[in-house]
Amino acid sequence: MSGERVIKLKTPLIPQAIADLHVGDTVLLSGIIHTARDAAHKRMLEALETGAMLPFPLRGEIIYYAGPSPAPPGRPIGSIGPTTSYRMDRFAPRLIEAGLRGMIGKGERSLEVAEACQRFGAVYLAAAGGAAALLARSVTSAGVVAYEDLGTEAVRRLEIEDMPLIVALDIHGGDIYRQGRERYRR
Amino acid sequence: MRLLHVDDISLTIAELCYRAAVCLPEDMRHALKIAEDAEESPVGKSVLRSLLENADIALAEGLPICQDTGMAVVFADIGVEVLLEGGTLEQAVNRGIARGYKEGRLRKSVVAHPLERHNTGDNTPAVLHLRQIEGDRLRLAVAPKGFGSENMTRLFMLNPTAGEEAVVEAAVHAVDEAGANPCPPVVVGIGLGGTAELALEISKRALLRPLATPAASVAAGNLEKRILERINDLGIGPAGLGGRITALAVHLEEYPTHIAGLPMAVSISCHALRHAEAVL
Ligand code: SF4
Repeated sequence: MSGERVIKLKTPLIPQAIADLHVGDTVLLSGIIHTARDAAHKRMLEALETGAMLPFPLRGEIIYYAGPSPAPPGRPIGSIGPTTSYRMDRFAPRLIEAGLRGMIGKGERSLEVAEACQRFGAVYLAAAGGAAALLARSVTSAGVVAYEDLGTEAVRRLEIEDMPLIVALDIHGGDIYRQGRERYRR
Repeated sequence: MRLLHVDDISLTIAELCYRAAVCLPEDMRHALKIAEDAEESPVGKSVLRSLLENADIALAEGLPICQDTGMAVVFADIGVEVLLEGGTLEQAVNRGIARGYKEGRLRKSVVAHPLERHNTGDNTPAVLHLRQIEGDRLRLAVAPKGFGSENMTRLFMLNPTAGEEAVVEAAVHAVDEAGANPCPPVVVGIGLGGTAELALEISKRALLRPLATPAASVAAGNLEKRILERINDLGIGPAGLGGRITALAVHLEEYPTHIAGLPMAVSISCHALRHAEAVL
């Protein structure tokens, strides 16, 4: 998957790097990210509200909305594509406020998430939904760091190299899902 | 009568789970290739190329095409002359699912209770649709359904006099609202008629029809074509990033219905339209 401009990006995300991203840019992302989806988000929000420990510090972090299939022997991970992001819309603004700077997933986000991205300087990156075996190739190591009882929904720390993504929401008010649809609608 | 041991059924179901999850059917692969040629959006084109590459990697490495290996929907057509030995069909199917998902390293995505939400750990239970047919064979189809697309299912109880136009509008509306969520390019299954629950079942079964095979009637075929054109004018495109190819096909199946109603169900499948079949 590739868009108009190709940008190599490293975690943790710094403000200048985020400001430079525009909707439609291809990002090849390397570094450390964490997976979390529905059930993990619910627990993280509870932790935030009660002041309990989070599974990882949020500052500058990127969350990948994903739950992998089991890893074959000798491999860090099984297939790992994005899950649908809108289900995390009810949690994302609060996490962004607390320091989260990037989200990886698929599909449109709410107005509140887009506004939080602009206000606090965060970015939403789209991965190709269903390209899960391909995306697994970018993962060089993986391990569960929290909520192990959730199975595939546990929080995992992933080391990734050149994961191909497209900027879907930038801090300048761009939204690839809206703009893309407008461009090709008849 | 023909005796069939349930262990044979379990083993077949386990194999079908793995095959469905890892091996993208040839008709889908072909449709994606045609779509790649036809897509005008450069990003859309590159998404389609990635999906084809993904299917190759999955097959070569024995990995699931998509990490969401779904809740297992099983269609079983059982011959009247088949006598089961060793248990019920439902037990046999669930044992097969548990084995297939464990040994195939497929993701376990099923929770035991819709509100308490503890994972059952083996992806059981399956959703089983049973039909009786003539003869002494058992026909099995495993169609794992991911919930990115399942969540986009819609049921419309249309006015009986609403006519074709309302059917087209409802179908287009459902896909428009779904947007990028069901991982386009999608295949759209439409169940028209029956009762509410039958329309839904028919819409699921419609997804199993091989791509590029004609509808049951010329009228249904024409309606499919009209709906497909309208959907591909929406601009959603591959992965929802904008483009011409939002749906690869529309499959519409009909059933008699009541004088006072026109039930219509829309089931959407992602491009990972997985199903595997066997006859025992
Ligand atoms: S909608 Fe289909 S391709 Fe997309 S994540 Fe779900 S199962 Fe995978």
